[in-house]
Amino acid sequence: MNHRPITEDDLHAYVDHVLEPERRAEVAAYLGSHPDVAKRVAAFTDQRQVLRAALGPIAEEPLPAELNLSRIIEQRARGRFPVRWAMAAMLLLSIGGLGGWSVRSALQAPPSGLVALGQEAAVSYGVYAPDRVRPVEVRASESAQLLQWVSERLHRPVKVPDLTTSGYRLMGGRLVATSHGPAAMFMYDDDHGSRIVVLTRPMSSADQNAPMTPQSHDDVAGFAWADDGMGYSLIGHATPESLRPIANEVRRQARSI
Amino acid sequence: MKDLMLQVEPLIPALRRYARALVRNRANADDLVQDCLERAVSRWNQRRDGDVRSWLFSILHNLAIDQFRKISGRGRHITVDETSEDDLSDTAAQEHRLMYQDVLNKLAKLPEEQRSVLLLVAVEDLSYADAAKVLNIPVGTVMSRLSRARERLQQEIEGTMDTTQTNVVQMRSER
Repeated sequence: MNHRPITEDDLHAYVDHVLEPERRAEVAAYLGSHPDVAKRVAAFTDQRQVLRAALGPIAEEPLPAELNLSRIIEQRARGRFPVRWAMAAMLLLSIGGLGGWSVRSALQAPPSGLVALGQEAAVSYGVYAPDRVRPVEVRASESAQLLQWVSERLHRPVKVPDLTTSGYRLMGGRLVATSHGPAAMFMYDDDHGSRIVVLTRPMSSADQNAPMTPQSHDDVAGFAWADDGMGYSLIGHATPESLRPIANEVRRQARSI
Repeated sequence: MKDLMLQVEPLIPALRRYARALVRNRANADDLVQDCLERAVSRWNQRRDGDVRSWLFSILHNLAIDQFRKISGRGRHITVDETSEDDLSDTAAQEHRLMYQDVLNKLAKLPEEQRSVLLLVAVEDLSYADAAKVLNIPVGTVMSRLSRARERLQQEIEGTMDTTQTNVVQMRSER
């Protein structure tokens, strides 16, 4: 028989499974002889289970990129200011479109990091995507040769993203010149002939790691990001919403090298 | 920083769950968690010794409360996400889902201070002492709020309270 009286706190601790076994047994015995209290405790126990079951799936959801902790740590290490500045600068560039050169001189600072990368990708898209004669220099059928070539020139192992699951086939690629050295450009098309390009090159110093950042230049849009010193930009004549999953796929594949 | 990754990363899903249960709107909840993580990263070296989990929950909770105050100050409501597109086809699962939705709607009618205690204790498995730390109140207050929360939720469930369905989070705070 218990000597300590059973309190309201004991009942909640019973529901929450935090009582010592001995005390738990005392509460259980008490409930056995007090059906009204037992009914209340059973109701609280049900509540607890339903709440846990209802909310449990939230913790199983895949984390969105914004909640990626290593990314948050990196952003802090870089300071958040440059990221915001880069986005603002990209917006300015998009207002100027490919006339970004004048904006550039007005800012008195050459674009670097993601801004530069996004601009290069947009320029390459503007030059090569409309080309009906020779949009790519090395065709997809010779992708091994293409890989070897660009990997050698970028001094980094480069992998051509496979975007067939997103509905885009590799057409081929080429090396393009940028003010930050050579970059590899891969071009893809879908069944309607819409083309997208993926541009990748080593990042100079700024933005060695950078989160996926949306960009738009006139009527082309896309994303740029950097992982471990390699920058990537995907550009197409499509809405950002439709390009984002493709960019995510490119990033996923590049990370799994 | 490695330490930070190891200790904080595994807790992110629970932080999301708590935030979502408090504010109910997915985008708002994830914004809160993101703010919380940014603060955790910047204050990592200033934290006092103790449980990382209660430290994180208290940062998150304070951010949520700030948001509630701002919103109720403006007299605005937060809309609640419809449950995400679900592909559950069997009836039993559907019924479960409806029941869950219903209990969450009822939970939303509780005053914020009761809801937080119930969530921290019954869902997040914080000890009464840790919940007291998170909410910055004495353990005795945790117990009395927990008791009131459970009674109140039970009244809602049994339909002895006003039964009108709500899709609006109650923002009142009892002093």
